[in-house]
Amino acid sequence: MSALRLISDSLKSNRPKGAGSRPLVLCLGLGMALVVACQKKPGEGASEASPERAEVSKTGAGQAVHSGQAATAGAGAGAEAAAAEKPASDSAAAALGAPEGGDVILLGEVGSLTGAQATFGISTRNGIELAIRDINEKGGVRGKKLAVRVYDNQGKPEESANAMTRLIAQDKVVLILGEVASTNSLAMAPKAQASQVPMISPSSTNPKVTEVGDYIFRVCFIDPFQGFVMAKFARDHLKATSAAILKDQKSDYSIGLTEVFTEQFTKLGGKVVSTEAYAQGDTDFRAQLTAIRRTKPDVLYIPGYYTDVGLIARQAKQLGVKSVLLGSDGWESAKLFELGGTAIEGSYLSNHYAMNDPSPAAKAFREKYKAAYGATPDSLAALGYDAAMVAADALARAKDLSGPSVRDAIAATKDFPGVAGRISLNDKRNAVKPAVVLKVGNGTLEYVTTIQPDA
Amino acid sequence: MSDFAQHLINGIASGTIYALVALGYTMVYGVLKLINFAHGDVMMVGCYMGYAVAQSLGGDDASSFLGVLLVFSVAMAGCGLVGFLVERFGYRPLREKPRLTALITSIGISFTLSYGFQLDMGFLPGAAPRAFPEIIRPHELFVVGDYDIVIWNWQVISFAIAIVMMLGLQFLVYRTRFGRAMRAVSFDPKTAGLMGIATDRVISGTFILGSSLAACAGLLYAIKDTAVQPMMGLYVGLKAFVAAVIGGIGHVPGAVVGGLLLGLIEEFVVGYTASTWRDAVAFGFLIVVLLGRPEGLFGKAVAEKV
Amino acid sequence: MSREWIKGPLPVLVVLPILSVLTYATTDMPFFIYLASITGVNVILAVSLNIVNGITGQFSIGHAGFMAVGAYAAGYFSRALAGVQLVFLPEVVSDQVIFLVAVVFGGMLAALFGFLVGLPSLRLRGDYLAIVTLGFGEIIRVFLQNTEALGRALGLRGIPQRSSLLAVWMAAFLTILVARRIVSSSHGRSLLAIREDEVAAEAMGVDTTGYKVRAFVVSSFFAGVAGALFAHFVPIINPSSFTFVKSMEIVVMIVAGGLGSTTGAVLTAIILTLLPEQLRTVLTSGAEGTDLAQRVDQLRMPIYGATLVALMLLRPQGLFGTRELWDLWPRSQPKASDP
Repeated sequence: MSALRLISDSLKSNRPKGAGSRPLVLCLGLGMALVVACQKKPGEGASEASPERAEVSKTGAGQAVHSGQAATAGAGAGAEAAAAEKPASDSAAAALGAPEGGDVILLGEVGSLTGAQATFGISTRNGIELAIRDINEKGGVRGKKLAVRVYDNQGKPEESANAMTRLIAQDKVVLILGEVASTNSLAMAPKAQASQVPMISPSSTNPKVTEVGDYIFRVCFIDPFQGFVMAKFARDHLKATSAAILKDQKSDYSIGLTEVFTEQFTKLGGKVVSTEAYAQGDTDFRAQLTAIRRTKPDVLYIPGYYTDVGLIARQAKQLGVKSVLLGSDGWESAKLFELGGTAIEGSYLSNHYAMNDPSPAAKAFREKYKAAYGATPDSLAALGYDAAMVAADALARAKDLSGPSVRDAIAATKDFPGVAGRISLNDKRNAVKPAVVLKVGNGTLEYVTTIQPDA
Repeated sequence: MSDFAQHLINGIASGTIYALVALGYTMVYGVLKLINFAHGDVMMVGCYMGYAVAQSLGGDDASSFLGVLLVFSVAMAGCGLVGFLVERFGYRPLREKPRLTALITSIGISFTLSYGFQLDMGFLPGAAPRAFPEIIRPHELFVVGDYDIVIWNWQVISFAIAIVMMLGLQFLVYRTRFGRAMRAVSFDPKTAGLMGIATDRVISGTFILGSSLAACAGLLYAIKDTAVQPMMGLYVGLKAFVAAVIGGIGHVPGAVVGGLLLGLIEEFVVGYTASTWRDAVAFGFLIVVLLGRPEGLFGKAVAEKV
Repeated sequence: MSREWIKGPLPVLVVLPILSVLTYATTDMPFFIYLASITGVNVILAVSLNIVNGITGQFSIGHAGFMAVGAYAAGYFSRALAGVQLVFLPEVVSDQVIFLVAVVFGGMLAALFGFLVGLPSLRLRGDYLAIVTLGFGEIIRVFLQNTEALGRALGLRGIPQRSSLLAVWMAAFLTILVARRIVSSSHGRSLLAIREDEVAAEAMGVDTTGYKVRAFVVSSFFAGVAGALFAHFVPIINPSSFTFVKSMEIVVMIVAGGLGSTTGAVLTAIILTLLPEQLRTVLTSGAEGTDLAQRVDQLRMPIYGATLVALMLLRPQGLFGTRELWDLWPRSQPKASDP
């Protein structure tokens, strides 16, 4: 600061008038000082986290040498470990489910715990938390307990990328779980790829996510498959020949499904007669529905979220639209029944798993989840659980805990019994698994059929 | 052809809502020369009040004539109170300050209401949308063919209410003492005050009136589109403002015409051309109007007083 | 005076090495760089909005729209030229040159939009401007959502990450410098006159519309620059980053700092960027804290709203009013007359 004062003083003597650059430099210096001062905190926060942090950091550094990880990660590691070894207070809650002092393997998670998509992020986090608890109860992996460090991204891509940087550079995690929204996963994936830390997305269905590189995986099916499922269901089960689509222009998910459905439905011999769009949060869809009504389609495909779908169903009924409504996994919510009323009954949707799936694994998961969080798990929770389970399985099988070894282990996942279906990862690092079609009943979703990939 | 008729009906139905909300904007602007940004959010509060009353009455009671009357009167009275409080504690202390301060305050109030209602603590409802009970049991009044053209009872009721409100307001403004006082305050608040008009009371009255109109509009909106949620006021409010500007801000029948016009334009743009551009239509239209005829369709161009 | 020539570039000459050293010293701190960059971007946004809202007394609430224009324009430009290397330059330098051009391009396009939006609406009274800028922001968002080439709702990916601490804070510094120099120029006097009394200013022969549009264009330019920088350190930009809420955050920054106070805007921009970040970091680090963090995050917007109301009622001039930070410094000599 004294240097700044000096500069500003010299400036003052130079200038005939007081106002101008002197205060500017001062102000800039003050700003930067504030940034620096505030920056100090996360570092301290990290160091005070818990004793095991030091352990983790050391492991991280060891690994980097061991496996020849990216140079930057290695270089930062020493300093980080040193920082983490500073005397610390004992707020050990930082890492989920981590026992004090013991050997742990640290995983990272990025999710939207706050913001508009918080419900998605929290479901996923609950699922992951449950999985980690299950694994640790059974003795953990490689004789070590698992722990997850969660960072919130507020549902924003820039925050997701930032959280990735922190997980990789600061926390030295061996593997990252996340995100739900494809936009956020796409912001995270390049970082994971560049520093060779494997990343498993529980529920991003956009194909582009895993195309980023060979360190990116997912445990759910992709949009092309989901679109295919509905197109096939409409053609084979409902014998529909014409379809209309009402898509949500604000969501890439909806746009992607629309494209695939159009392509597949046409390929299967049907005809898409009309495509209209709305924007998430609209409440009046009558203009679009009137336009769709004109084309008299057998089915109306609405790949969107439950908040809008319920209203669309009501208004479609009011306008005398006779088409059967078809939807996607975004429909799944208890709110669907409240907003859709009786109008939504008799519609069909594709999903990752059925809430009333009778298989023992799914049943056990539902009971455990209900006991822990007091709610029925949705697909996102189930997929979060599966993602963490796949990760644990791969970590156990991996030759060592370096990025490339873990990557290879994940890639070799085959017929893994997840609660939302068996998971086999294909060469594009996507899960190949069946989808279920559910029928909307009176307050429940009834299982109709399962559609296998490549059938 | 039947589609055209149906689009016309849809457009009038949504235009009615814009018109009712625009009436409130226009009145407040007329007296205070203030864009009351919080107007749409006051409407949202009214919706939740109506929702609460309808829920506590339960299905059949709420849809009886008395029930509906109760829902409307509680919401309108409640909103009148909210409007009064907003004016009394938000705007009145700033009346002598530059107009921007009041505008910023109104944006602040709008934010506090719309985001405050998204919290799920205490009586606040949380961000998830609620389904408004069907207090007016929907049934078709008029059906051509196999639902080729359909008019529902609530569409007619809404439209009738909007027209009655407009006529009532027109009568109030031009035929009553209070209306004369309003016009005087609108013309020159200081002089009006000197001539013995209780300026504060007139302004309060205007706010109460505008806010209860907003509550009424909000309930009709909820009956039409079912969903009640904290952000609902923002867009309806903005579009209603556009409607008020189109009609000539400060002009009562102008607001209604502007609202209906905007509803129809949106409907036809979405129905016949690109449905992806819906949100841009109103604002695009606003910019066109401001370029060509900034005083609106019915307004008079007024030179700013010094 | 022989020293006169150095008055213009001197501040830049002083700041450049400081920032360079700082950038060099922090290369291994990615999280710090991110935080400092986002803070810098917000500083640019706040200071540039302050030119219109604070200094000229107009009220724009669509600043995020101009930021979006800059971000997408520069991002698209950089991405298209990602593989190009200027033949006579080494790769690193060439990248930076292209980056610079992209940023300026983003700013220019945003300025053009500012001109197009400002011209019709600035003829009218200030409150119309508020609505029109808001509407403009919405139109931009809808446009981005509907344009295939810009990635629609998914956003624009694969923009080369060429931004640096130096670039962001240099731009922030230049923005502050320009804002300050505008105020002390004769243009600035006209702008201030418009703020204080538009009718009187016009009567005194100030071309009010002309000056308002000019202020608006300069402000949009820097918003575009902020967006362009943002696009070069965030791996994916999408329409939801540039909503009405973003515009309002910037408005809150300048209103709290004091409309018309550049340093006030800088200070509140820094505080309002770092404070929620710190709160979240502290709260989400514990498992039980997540719910609390969520609550705090939910509370942020109502608190912003209430802050606006409270400020207007209790201290309408904001923390600093139209004064600058150094005006609060006690000094012996009589200070230069306050604008």
